[in-house]
Amino acid sequence: MTGLLTLVTFLPAAGAVLVFLVPRRREAATKTITVAVTAATFAASVPLYWGFDPARADYQFPDWHAWMPTLGISYHLGVDGISLLLVLLTTFLMPLVMLSAWNAIESRWKEFAITMLLLETGMLGVFVALDLFLFYVFWEAMLIPMYLVIGIWGGGNRVYAAIKFVLYTLAGSLLMLVAILALYFQHGAATGIYTFDLPVLAQFVLPAGLNQNLLFLAFALAFAIKVPMFPFHTWLPDAHVEAPTAGSVILAAVLLKMGTYGFLRFCLPLFPQSSLMFAPWMFLLAVIGIIYGAWLSTVQPDIKKLVAYSSVSHLGFVVLGLFTLTPQGIVGGIIQMVNHGLSTGALFLLVGMIYERRHTRLIAEFGGLWSVIPAFSAVLMIVTLSSLGLPGLNGFVGEFLILVGAFQVNRAVAVFAMTGIIFAAVYLLWMYQRVIFGSVTNEANRRLPDLTPREWVVLLPVLLFIVWIGVYPATFTGMTETSVQSLITQVQSKAAATAALLAK
Amino acid sequence: MNPQAAAPLADALVFPVVDLRAVLPVLIVAVAAAVVVLLDLLPPRGRKDHLGVVGLLGVVGSLAATFWLWGGDARAFRGMIVLDSYALFFNLVIGYATGLVLLLSMDYIRREGMEAGEFYILVLLAAVGMMLMASAGDLIIIFLALETMSLSLYVLAGFFRTRAEAGEASMKYFLLGAFASAFFLYGIALIFGATGSTNLDRIANAMAAGAGRDPMLVIGAGLLLVGFGFKISSVPFHMWAADVYEGAPTSVTAFIATGSKAAAFAALLRVLLSAVRGASLDWTMLLWVMAALTMTLGNVVAIAQQNLKRMLAYSSIAHVGYMLVGVVAGGALGNGSVLFYLLVYTFTTAGAFGTILLLERGGHEAVRLEDFGGLASRHPLIALTLSVFLLSLVGIPPTAGFVGKFYLFGAAVRAGYIWLAVLGVLNSAVAAYYYLRLIVYMYMREPEGAPTMLAPSFSGGLALVVALWGVIQLGILPAPLLDLAQSAVLPLLR
Repeated sequence: MTGLLTLVTFLPAAGAVLVFLVPRRREAATKTITVAVTAATFAASVPLYWGFDPARADYQFPDWHAWMPTLGISYHLGVDGISLLLVLLTTFLMPLVMLSAWNAIESRWKEFAITMLLLETGMLGVFVALDLFLFYVFWEAMLIPMYLVIGIWGGGNRVYAAIKFVLYTLAGSLLMLVAILALYFQHGAATGIYTFDLPVLAQFVLPAGLNQNLLFLAFALAFAIKVPMFPFHTWLPDAHVEAPTAGSVILAAVLLKMGTYGFLRFCLPLFPQSSLMFAPWMFLLAVIGIIYGAWLSTVQPDIKKLVAYSSVSHLGFVVLGLFTLTPQGIVGGIIQMVNHGLSTGALFLLVGMIYERRHTRLIAEFGGLWSVIPAFSAVLMIVTLSSLGLPGLNGFVGEFLILVGAFQVNRAVAVFAMTGIIFAAVYLLWMYQRVIFGSVTNEANRRLPDLTPREWVVLLPVLLFIVWIGVYPATFTGMTETSVQSLITQVQSKAAATAALLAK
Repeated sequence: MNPQAAAPLADALVFPVVDLRAVLPVLIVAVAAAVVVLLDLLPPRGRKDHLGVVGLLGVVGSLAATFWLWGGDARAFRGMIVLDSYALFFNLVIGYATGLVLLLSMDYIRREGMEAGEFYILVLLAAVGMMLMASAGDLIIIFLALETMSLSLYVLAGFFRTRAEAGEASMKYFLLGAFASAFFLYGIALIFGATGSTNLDRIANAMAAGAGRDPMLVIGAGLLLVGFGFKISSVPFHMWAADVYEGAPTSVTAFIATGSKAAAFAALLRVLLSAVRGASLDWTMLLWVMAALTMTLGNVVAIAQQNLKRMLAYSSIAHVGYMLVGVVAGGALGNGSVLFYLLVYTFTTAGAFGTILLLERGGHEAVRLEDFGGLASRHPLIALTLSVFLLSLVGIPPTAGFVGKFYLFGAAVRAGYIWLAVLGVLNSAVAAYYYLRLIVYMYMREPEGAPTMLAPSFSGGLALVVALWGVIQLGILPAPLLDLAQSAVLPLLR
């Protein structure tokens, strides 16, 4: 089905134009149209799942058009087992997020809707682009909507957080641009074919050495900032905390995944030798991130900050899994990307809901909520448990697979990473205990209303998938396995070919 | 009588056959300028809009002639004027710049109480100079064209003569410009001394014959570079830019930033590529340093600016640095990317200055950052338009600025100047800070104090639409013009 990916990617942008045309005073219509557009995008993306052939490792639903033929730039889209789940995660979360913003965004809803819809097109574009130029266009274009979402609709310190977010990511990605250009010209000089097409470039065996390492580092820096890995994580707490709930959810659930996706899609197949060489360093940074993020979470007085730092920890697991280069590790990493999107997304949604009621997020302000809002408390419990990796819920599956992968490669790393799960239990359960259990200590909490039907609609689908992945992950892992296996084979054979080049 | 003996006499008397096609685009603008001079004397004496329209017709006619002549290679006046595809491409850039400036000026100078026919005449004469610079095949013509352009711009810079800063701008521009011209002229003299000619082709031949090792030529070429460096405002010849940009009428600032820069680049590249190619001194190293200094200084100083016109002045210095990266990279790719970037930069910068010029607050032009506080809630469309131009200046896709930078840095990487490209992209990240700061003011702050008003102007709006169209069209479908820019520099590289 050619054109399906284009439809999915650009439907939100078309929706943005539609919303632009709706008069400002028709706010209810704006909200309905926005949610409808995002829901339609999700509906359009579901056939990607049905039509996807999990036995094939190549890119499916391809869409190719010449764009700037003299430079070898084309409009090339496609999904494989690595990107499929991330595309679905994005389209699945967007309607829920827009629904959650229904009342939470109090000013300029129309602009908010337009920005978010353009953001969705950017995010989807990043996951489906198979041309490095096109990828870079989406990757950069998506920065501006997120900048606006944080800067316009964010909290008290929003401008600082927004600028920090943009400058951090821009600095990293611009270096990646130079690396993309260098790769393009090296490939052109070696083969005579000047192209930005990823499947073609991925066949290219770069000689090992300084050149490949520098290219790898330029790409890796851009992705490491996006993930974010320690020590490039300092933009994240600011951005997550200042962003409005909808922005935080999208940041955590989708934007951070672009970093890990980038490692998988670009760093590993393009620079296999360097990836293998730097893997121990990536392990080190990942493990530091896992433990350090967890420690920082433990001492946060603000629930949203706690969740923000927990992302550093969780994403550390993902990076760890990817660089094990074992099937279990990578599949676990991919599933963990989805899990983190669901669990942390849900946590941010819940924090947003309680913030709408109380206009504070300080743990000390709460206590004994179970007796006041039991439904909210129950949902928060499920999500918390999923986030800390309780067996039977989604988080366990991903972390387990990653640790299985890590054990095969480096036991010490696996052991240290394991402590991250323990610390996760500490900070999450301690937070839960202080907020939910005990007696009501603050009078302001006594009359809080419980979840509204709209909030149930937002949360239930997420809960469904949290349990589904926990109980029967094969629905999702099955989609990725062939692609992952072929990626590993490709990395190993290319690394061998590079070694052969050296031996000559 | 022996016909051979009569030949020298006849040759001296017969008028040379001039291929007028070579000067047709310039001629049309010059005629338009003359018509404006005459019409200015006739009634109605109150409004001068019709003069602007006549000037626009001249520009449109010149653009039409450019398209008609496309692909040709006409020469006239014994090789002093060369209208090759390179010159035609610059005619396109300069034509768009002049058209946008005329559109922006029409209501603007009336609003500022300075409406006068001279304004349009000077803009058109400056355009004549710019176009001649692009098609000059002789150093003398370059100098004459440069002076035609510069003298008009000196006057235009001080056009709001009742204001102190206008006087400062004009005086500073004139004095420093005169110095630069003197350097330039001295450079021409030295090159003439070394090669015996001022014709670019003959200089190239002399170079091939060994004149390239003559220190006189090297010094002469260096002095030319000083003159060009001043006109394109590259470090260390950038000192005038901020004051002139601030004091000049905003539409003139846009003209100085786009048209005069394009013209200076046109002549610079032609001299570098066709005449002094092969000099013993390695120009590339020098230009490398100039590019690095220019973009870094421009961006760093721009951060400190509170006045938007000054900020854009330093930003334009930084953009010159990016373009010098393309010059350093060289070849069809590098020089082609400079040409493409000049076109992109013309649309973007004219658009940015044009948006500023439509806004006023408390009877003054809105040029301070705080004048833009909360603009998005008051004038959402104008704020959006300005944001698009700013994002194009940052180089965020899918705007034209991104493609331009991509192409420039791509050329640098290809030519092996990876560290210069790295410096360039890091500079772009620094630049993002001050461009985005304006977006912060427009979108993330509340309006305070007196409201910022939008001056209604049909022609100004039209200019913004054209500029916006350019920025988006060149951002999404750049392929045709990229190829055009690349093929335009081929005549110089032979």
